[in-house]
Amino acid sequence: MIRFIIWRILQCVPVGLGISMLTFIMLSLAPGDPVTLMLGQHVSPQIMNNVRQELGLDLPFFSRYLHYIWNILHGDLGRSYIQHQEVTTMLLDKIPITFNLTLVAMTFAITAGVLIGVLSAVKQRSPWDTFATGFTLLGISVPSFWLGMILQLIFGVILRILPVSGSGGEGFHLQYYILPGFTLGFASMAMYAGLTRSGMLEVLREDYIRTARAKGLSKPVVVFKHGLKNALIPVTTHAGMDFASLMGGTVLTEMIFSLPGIGTMLINAVSRRDYPVVQGVTLFLALVFVLVNLVVDILYAVLDPRIRYD
Amino acid sequence: MKLSKGSQFGLVIVALMTLVAILAETIAPYDPMQVVLKDSLQGPNYKHLMGTDLLGRDILSRIIFGARASFLIGVIATSISLLIGIMVGSVSGYYGGWVDSLVMRLTDIFSAFPYFLMAIIIMTFFEPSMISVFLVLGIVGWTNYARLVRGQVILVKVSSYVEAARSIGAKDGRIILYHVFPNILSPLIVYTTMNIAGVILAEAGLSFLGLGVQPPTPSWGIMLSEGKDFIFNAPWLIFWPGAALLFSVIGYNLLGYGLRDRLDPRSKQGGESNGSRLVNSCQRS
Repeated sequence: MIRFIIWRILQCVPVGLGISMLTFIMLSLAPGDPVTLMLGQHVSPQIMNNVRQELGLDLPFFSRYLHYIWNILHGDLGRSYIQHQEVTTMLLDKIPITFNLTLVAMTFAITAGVLIGVLSAVKQRSPWDTFATGFTLLGISVPSFWLGMILQLIFGVILRILPVSGSGGEGFHLQYYILPGFTLGFASMAMYAGLTRSGMLEVLREDYIRTARAKGLSKPVVVFKHGLKNALIPVTTHAGMDFASLMGGTVLTEMIFSLPGIGTMLINAVSRRDYPVVQGVTLFLALVFVLVNLVVDILYAVLDPRIRYD
Repeated sequence: MKLSKGSQFGLVIVALMTLVAILAETIAPYDPMQVVLKDSLQGPNYKHLMGTDLLGRDILSRIIFGARASFLIGVIATSISLLIGIMVGSVSGYYGGWVDSLVMRLTDIFSAFPYFLMAIIIMTFFEPSMISVFLVLGIVGWTNYARLVRGQVILVKVSSYVEAARSIGAKDGRIILYHVFPNILSPLIVYTTMNIAGVILAEAGLSFLGLGVQPPTPSWGIMLSEGKDFIFNAPWLIFWPGAALLFSVIGYNLLGYGLRDRLDPRSKQGGESNGSRLVNSCQRS
């Protein structure tokens, strides 16, 4: 077990280096001179040269890369060309909003998805099952930004029961996250419903389910206690990766609901060509993915020992 | 080959969308770019079945021409991914060894990102236009194809017919093209169909964010983005393009499901095949 974990952690090193290399190349390939972008056109060449030296931009490619890695390891992701702020500070400022949004979306997606999945497996081939299958198809097909706008229209304008934009200022205000969370989590909900349904269908055919029924346990006890517990294993392992990909997928949802999170920060940086911010956000999200992947793999190995022999 | 009812419905939608895209000039009642300011923001009526936008342009005509943009991007971007994916995946799976390790690590790095996010990041380096959307969505999508092809090639290359071909002296290129490739076609067809749905959504998302097709070219994503400031007083501006988008994506997905059940009997139990899982993950946006 320890050997597997160490091996798995070591595997992350080349991927991490690869990602840092890619983001570094990305910035080097970016059109325009970084110093000009940072200081503007009307600065004397002397000052430009000084800044260039200070930032290590006059060094050869490989030294600059090492310099970059060194800075990353010290938590320094560079400075925004436009807002003249540390990228790390900006990120730390935005992370909680995106994190809360993802958390609300996950909670909703798993609860609703698992419930729909269980019901359609138990009532297989009933009208409810057909409805649930259609709902699942809708979930993976509906454009999230359109769904968001329709929800804004229904709940914010017609019913006037939920706020349609912003995060409500400092701290966590659940009501501001309900519509965005639903929008973001809708596709995942469909995925969990599908996963739970097929997991349940498989489990409900097992002998121990028949045994449990035979010894006189009521149907809900069998379904939820004996069945669901085993059907949920794929859901749990999926949830980790899903969290990471939801966190990276918040861009459109944050735009629609004017939530100032990482997604909005990324889009603003992309459209204003603020390369260090794009690079910083990219690197941060990539590392989240790699880490979550690592944790999921290790958890999976702990839960299911067979995986280690693969 | 008989498809299920749902998939037949999907096929009809896909065929309809394709026809609309091809015949846009003939069936559109108005010029989609024609500005008629006195007709601004009309609700659906006899003259304009889906209403008009801020500049008085006919929404139905814009939806029809938007189908062309979606169709072109769906097909071209998918073809680019398919081509790169097949080349990389078959070489990697067929030769194995360090080539394979290198390619797989590369796809690991690329797949560290959701599809849509990667597209946004790469768009930083392109001027937003239809051509760059083709390229970017094409480049971003290759890794899933490469993995799919690689996996299938590894399965196929140890089969006896490939061994037979090799034993009569067939060259690697010939084996890959004539013996391995035909046998990996069906999962590829399934994945490609569903991938088009993902690409159409991604194009709309990029155009919505202002990073894709540029106005005044009619694209559903742009129409949604132009309509978003009017959702409270002219909701039809966002309703129609969104519905068109949903409708065509459902069409491709249904067709993909049907083909999967037809071509890959293992997935019929309601379980998720590799292809659909990949598609689900790439559609997150």
